[in-house]
Amino acid sequence: MEKNRRKLMAIDREQLLHVAHLARLELSDDELERLGAQLNDIIDAVSKVSELDLSDVPPTSHPLDVVNVWEADEPRPCLTVEEALANAPEREGDYFKVPPGGS
Amino acid sequence: MIDTLRLSAYDALELVRSRQVSGAELFAAYREAIDRHDPELHCYLHVCEDEGGDGLPIAVKDVIGTKGIPTTAGSRILEHYVPVYDATVIARCKQHGLRVLGKTNTDEFAMGSSTENSAYGPTRNPWDPTRVPGGSGGGSAAAVAAGLAPWALGSDTGGSIKQPAALCGNVGLRPTYGTVSRYGVVAFASSLDQVGPVARTVRDCAYLYSILAGRDPCDTTTVDLPHGVELPERTDLNGVRIGVPTEFTEHEAIEPGVRALVERTVDLCRELGAEVGECSLPRSLDYGVPCYYLIAPAEASSNLARYDGVRYGYRSPNADDRYEMYTRTRDEGFGDEPKRRIMVGTYALSAGYYDAYYGQAQKVRTVLIREHAEAFERFDVLLTPTSPTVAFELGAKAANPLAMYLNDLLTIPSCMAGLPGLNVPCGLSEGLPVGVQLIGPQFSENTLFAVGYALEQAIGFDPVPPRMAAAV
Repeated sequence: MEKNRRKLMAIDREQLLHVAHLARLELSDDELERLGAQLNDIIDAVSKVSELDLSDVPPTSHPLDVVNVWEADEPRPCLTVEEALANAPEREGDYFKVPPGGS
Repeated sequence: MIDTLRLSAYDALELVRSRQVSGAELFAAYREAIDRHDPELHCYLHVCEDEGGDGLPIAVKDVIGTKGIPTTAGSRILEHYVPVYDATVIARCKQHGLRVLGKTNTDEFAMGSSTENSAYGPTRNPWDPTRVPGGSGGGSAAAVAAGLAPWALGSDTGGSIKQPAALCGNVGLRPTYGTVSRYGVVAFASSLDQVGPVARTVRDCAYLYSILAGRDPCDTTTVDLPHGVELPERTDLNGVRIGVPTEFTEHEAIEPGVRALVERTVDLCRELGAEVGECSLPRSLDYGVPCYYLIAPAEASSNLARYDGVRYGYRSPNADDRYEMYTRTRDEGFGDEPKRRIMVGTYALSAGYYDAYYGQAQKVRTVLIREHAEAFERFDVLLTPTSPTVAFELGAKAANPLAMYLNDLLTIPSCMAGLPGLNVPCGLSEGLPVGVQLIGPQFSENTLFAVGYALEQAIGFDPVPPRMAAAV
């Protein structure tokens, strides 16, 4: 990838915080600074895909021509409640327990 | 005395079948080799006890879920996670009598090319412990090279089986997308992730692939193989058309030592009877890496949303409400590389940017598929270097994510196109292994094994690192 391509869209601190919120990541000031600079470099490098005019090209989401897969709607054995809760950080009865509140 | 350093899986099977060695003795021999060498190499994150049986031991990359055995994906966020079910590939291995020897080190969530991104410390290359084994499956590749496992399972998203196999001098297959189940495997980028075999010989690799491949009702992206896996036998390449994509052999990032060995291998193909010609994949090389580093992070940002501290894995104790629990759990649990990719991916998928980034990258993917399809109108197999360089020193690229991403320059394009790729060792440069990558059309694994086997026999590469031999 070319190193000194013009930066089309620099990501500022406000945008960085917005993306971190969407990703539910609490980043320290230190991390914001370091990741922010790296992120700009990475986005700049991957923006190379925009050089190609691909208006007539269909997107690929999956490399095989698998169209759809139907399974019979029959009950099968699955995890027990105890198995499902075996790795829970916190539980109450048959439920995962989480702290209250927050968005 | 069982010499694990020189034993192929095929030979080990013969020893057990002919009752010269018991399954328990075999397992113990590998455990002994691990006890002796793993403190230096750090291939394993967890070593298992022998639970009996006569099948071969197998090492398993720690992104593959194993019932009752910790599965961390190289991340703190899964430090104490113990799966309650086996991944389908593990169930298949067990049906064939294979026994899990241990879980191997990986870059965190398989994100990396050196295994330095593991939260549990790097793995070292058995050929030179000051160097990386490649990644993300550096633990599996190094374990096989050092005789700490007869073979192993890896996973490959953009080169995580092929590139470490090249840097450690073993044989690794990234299968055709959809031929091996991803059920029970920690998801990184779902449209790219594939589990595959890592082995000492092409035959071992083919045999292990025959165990792994096939449709799984639990993974609806899988299909049945159109034909069975054939163990390779032919030592000539008569009638095989091999294409050499010039951009992949002449790129400036390729070290002279690597280039010379790949050229010699191309000459060898001719001597073995192959029709060799040049071809061109210009856009695959120019746009493969940028395309990958949009699609993989975008899918990763979605897949890694599940690590929220609710159902399993780490939960931050420093949170007063639920929002803080999510954000602090993820900040404290993820290392730098997953955070970078989650941020890149979330940004690329966010409102207003989707079409320009993820949407455009998916169209580039179509371009790469077409470019490869065109090459396969003239050729059965494409041959390129697997890695532009030999194993580099620990820390050499750790501070520069973009430099690290270029390690996968040559492996990424065919991954994007869903194509199978096989690494075969082709010699040593500066005392370190170099591998060639054989790429074929979808479901052409048998052809790759046949070409790989003929080359392997003709090259006569010795997979034993001299310093490991000296240590025995």
